[in-house]
Amino acid sequence: MDNSTLVLRTKLIDRMFHWSMVSCFTLVALSGLSWFFPSLNWLGYVLGPPQLARVLHPFLGIAVFALLMCMFVRFVHHNLFVRTDLTWFKHIVDVLLNKHGQKLQIGKYNAGQKILFWGIMSLISLLFVSGLMIWRAYFAALFPIPVLRLALLAHSVAGLALILLVIGHIYMGIWVRGSIGGMISGYVTRAWARQHHDRWYEEEVAPTKPLPSKRHG
Amino acid sequence: MGMQSQDIIRRSATNGLTPLPQARSHEQEVAKLIDVSLCTGCKGCQVACSEWNDLRDEIGHNVGVYDNPANLTAETWTVIRFDEREDEAGKLEWLLRKEGCMHCAEPGCLKACPSPGAILQFANGIVDFQSEQCIGCGYCIAGCPFDIPRISQKDNHAYKCTLCSDRVAVGQEPACVKTCPTGAISFGSKAEMKDLAATRVQELQSRGHEGAGLYDPAGVGGTHVMYVLTHADQPSLYHRLPDNPQISPVVRGWKEWLKPVGALGFIATLAGAFVHYMGVGANTTDETPPPEPKSKQDNAEHDPNENGRDA
Ligand code: SF4
Ligand code: SF4
Repeated sequence: MDNSTLVLRTKLIDRMFHWSMVSCFTLVALSGLSWFFPSLNWLGYVLGPPQLARVLHPFLGIAVFALLMCMFVRFVHHNLFVRTDLTWFKHIVDVLLNKHGQKLQIGKYNAGQKILFWGIMSLISLLFVSGLMIWRAYFAALFPIPVLRLALLAHSVAGLALILLVIGHIYMGIWVRGSIGGMISGYVTRAWARQHHDRWYEEEVAPTKPLPSKRHG
Repeated sequence: MGMQSQDIIRRSATNGLTPLPQARSHEQEVAKLIDVSLCTGCKGCQVACSEWNDLRDEIGHNVGVYDNPANLTAETWTVIRFDEREDEAGKLEWLLRKEGCMHCAEPGCLKACPSPGAILQFANGIVDFQSEQCIGCGYCIAGCPFDIPRISQKDNHAYKCTLCSDRVAVGQEPACVKTCPTGAISFGSKAEMKDLAATRVQELQSRGHEGAGLYDPAGVGGTHVMYVLTHADQPSLYHRLPDNPQISPVVRGWKEWLKPVGALGFIATLAGAFVHYMGVGANTTDETPPPEPKSKQDNAEHDPNENGRDA
């Protein structure tokens, strides 16, 4: 496969944001799960002894939030909902059943990915705010106990929802072949772009990077 | 501290699938009974607590009330609360209460704690923090209906009254009980203390304190520190002692409801993804070129080229 069949989908800077967020998130999520499901206590040892995990978890959480904000700035304009997203929703069953064929007018990200985008943004923001509130070392003493209880509950609900959403995200990456490689190298094949993001392909890829008319060596 | 001589009935963040140490069959439930009507506010119990537990809190400042130190801290496990009140007849009344851990039969601190073994409940009813297992998250503070646990700024571990579990384990009464010069604090089996309380309540009532009664709140399953209150009908008069304490529904929702729902969520998500993958297979890309450029002349020669390169 040479360059003429590959198109750049995700720039290096965005890939770096994504994967550094993944690294921090993995550690934060595993330590968080170790406290939510004490029978999975061993998960917390990814951050060392439990006391150290308790120290590191909020700092890593802040790193996740900061990286998320960078990604928000970089990605938000691709993730605003548009009229054609309705087409995707109407064909959600075909999409899930792997039935390709119809043109679904999918832009750079499909409607499901946009839901994921906004879901992650809002859940991590909620985790950030509630996490600061329950941060014993610095802020928890500023809040009355009934408020702390609500913040703890909100933090747990949001954390669970986020982890489930991310599991879905990871599964989609595994299911749709070429996605994970694309997020690492940045490149996807022309056919991949056409099949999964037809409108993006037609509007942004094809005009700027026309198919070569002659074989080149 | 961990007491090898004690049966353990609850251990924080530990499921009940395997039994806790239960070899002893004769352990009695103990209780401390604090009769507020006999307390003179001398703070001898505070001193005894500091002495026995080797606690020396920092000297604070007068904040305009007799409570001294002004609040419980990681190094002050009990404080006499002084509340002034004017009764219906306009007479001044001074309500004193020795504040500290209530050693609840259903401890909210233990329910909230995420660290296995950081909080133990012994068969004798004592709820004891195991500070070396404590991670300093502060969940116990949110779990406790009485606002008791405190986290040390020095070492980030939670502390509170142990009911002198170390003394009780060797057959001694808690240090505060031993010290109290007016006999306002008694210690014994929970049954004995309830009997004693009944006698005292009767006495108080016969002397005109119609509201006198025992504070052993059922909302937390009863406590192993009980009060005889002259106004048992209004516990909150005594420095906001909760009228009807119970583990907050928010904490229950978090620990009893969300946990199983979350576990189901995980199982459903993982199973759903796996079944989907088995059912529809990988979503692969058809790398054959698009049909539409076929009308254009030059694509006729391009298509096989692209296929050739892909292969
Ligand atoms: S009073 Fe608070 S700290 Fe003491 S046992 Fe009850 S819930 Fe735990
Ligand atoms: S601060 Fe310590 S005792 Fe309190 S809930 Fe956290 S780990 Fe348990």
